[in-house]
Formats: sequence, structure tokens, C-alpha cells
Amino acid sequence: MIFYVVIFSILALLLVASGLYAIIQKDLLYAVISTGVISLILSVMFYLLQAPDVALTEAAIGVALTTVIFVITIRNTTRFEDENDNNKVK
Amino acid sequence: MKKYLAIFLLLIVGFYLIQAFNLVPFGANRVGNIDDESTVGAYYLKNTVPKTSVANVVTAIVVNYRGFDTLGEVTVLFLATTGLGSILFRKRKHGEEEERVLKESSQLVKIGSRLLFPFIALLGIYVFIHGHLTPGGGFQGGAIIATGFLLMLVAYKNYKLGHGALTWIESLAGITFAGIGIWGLITGGTFLENNAFPGLGNVNDLISGGVIPIIYIAVGFKVAAELTGVLDILLSIKPNKN
Repeated sequence: MIFYVVIFSILALLLVASGLYAIIQKDLLYAVISTGVISLILSVMFYLLQAPDVALTEAAIGVALTTVIFVITIRNTTRFEDENDNNKVK
Repeated sequence: MKKYLAIFLLLIVGFYLIQAFNLVPFGANRVGNIDDESTVGAYYLKNTVPKTSVANVVTAIVVNYRGFDTLGEVTVLFLATTGLGSILFRKRKHGEEEERVLKESSQLVKIGSRLLFPFIALLGIYVFIHGHLTPGGGFQGGAIIATGFLLMLVAYKNYKLGHGALTWIESLAGITFAGIGIWGLITGGTFLENNAFPGLGNVNDLISGGVIPIIYIAVGFKVAAELTGVLDILLSIKPNKN
């Protein structure tokens, strides 16, 4: 029991940490990869919470497809967040 | 005039929503407490296996007890794909070769993805065929197959996908789902009646659970075709870097 609690707390901390990293990071590619990491950790957490169906969905959609769609979008737009925060459309 | 009509319709919807919520006593716990027979969770856990002979209770709820919701979800996905396609799809000029925007990838990536692709597709098909026995189902299996296609699309610059075939798979799967639902009505039951045609069978058999495996196979094909189509459309946009 205590083992699960420890694992779960570590995963939750990692989750929050990668979420914060995604917000702070100016390089959008790194931010997207870290949202993928969030999905990966979430799917492990769902599995530990005995919801394997949701874990499978999260792993397939969240880790693979959403991340890739965002990476394609970044390829087609700009990679770095604008410093002056004015939405330049290139 | 239009504004007043919209407000009027909103009021009607709001009224019936409030009526529906008033049926449940405020603060009553209708989900928890597995021992109490009158709660919904206990009902599902107790009755799913004997009534539908499906081992995976989540699948039974998603496809059978809440089958109408799943039909709606599939429709939402279909509409999203259609919208994306209509916004982003660029009609090629006559004689213009279809061209992917990615650079040519290395030999290692090409051979690796060609090796991996059949196994990913097999895993996806396994997941949605065994949706009523093991965790997973149509959505998950379809998404896994779409990631396999994604690998091939990224690795091979000129990987061709038949758009006609994708559309046909999508439409036939959707028609199968709706048709099974209507078949239940024809045979004198309800929409998506569970034991409408192959019969319930034994728990844990591959062919068991009435229409649930058939619906999940249809959903799997549909989701795979839709997500693959989305990825194909997204990967064929030209970036305008200047």
C-alpha cells in the first residue's frame, strides 16, 4: 500500500513539473513534448488506478496522435513563442 | 427576431434540463456504495455479466447500456474530420503530383517503420476485436492503427493513401453501427437491442455478447480511417515560411 502511495506521489509531482515546464518553456517544440510526457504519466496513473481502458486511450491519443498533430502545426507555423507577445501571423 | 427565437429556444431547453435535474434529489449519491442495490454502479456490476455475457463491464456500458452516446461520439468525430477536411483539403490542379511536405527520411527510419507497421496494425486489430474481453475497444484500437499509418506517412515521402477507400471504410462502418441499432427495432426490441442477432453466447468466448463485438469492430475501422485521414490531410499542408 505504502509502495503505491510513494509511486503515485512521485508520478503526480512529475506531472505537475512537466505541466509547469510546458507553460514556462519558450521553445514550443519542447513544450509540446512535455505535454506528451504529461499524457504518458497520466496513462500510468490511470493504470495504477485500475482503469486500463482509459489508460489505453490516453496512451494512444494523448501520447502519440495529439503530440504529433501539434508538432506538425509547429512545423507549419513558428517554433518560438514571441517575446513581445504580439500575434504575428507569418 | 432571430435573437428572440434563440432566447426562446434556450429557455425551453433550460426548462427541461432543470426538470430533469429535479428528478434526482439534491445531493443524493447515485453512483457510490457498491453494496446498495439501488445505486447505478452496483446495478452495472451485478447485472452486466449475466445479462450481456460480456466480461469487460466498461465495454458493456459504453457500447450497450450507453450505446446511443457512443453513436453520438462517433458522429462528433465524423463531423470534426469532415470540418477539418473541408477547411484544409486543397484540391490539386490537373496533373499536379501529390506531394508530402516532409523531407526524405533516412534508410534506417524507412526500414524500421516498415518492420514495425504490421505489428502495430496487428495490435490495433487485436485490441478492437477483443474489446469485450480485455481492456480496450474500438476507439483505442483505431487510434493505435492510426499511429501505425502515421509512422508510414512520416517515413515514406510518397506513401499513398486511397482517399476513396478511407471514405468507403468510414461510411460502411457508420452504416453498420446505425444499421445494427435499427435492426434491433425491426426485430421488435429497442434501438441497439443486445441479443438481436448472433445470440449472447458464453462469457469469455470470442464470439459472445450479442452485437457488442460487431459494433466495436465497426467503431475501430471508423476511428482508424478517420484519424488516418486527419493525419494525411495535416501532413500534406505546405508550410509557408518566408
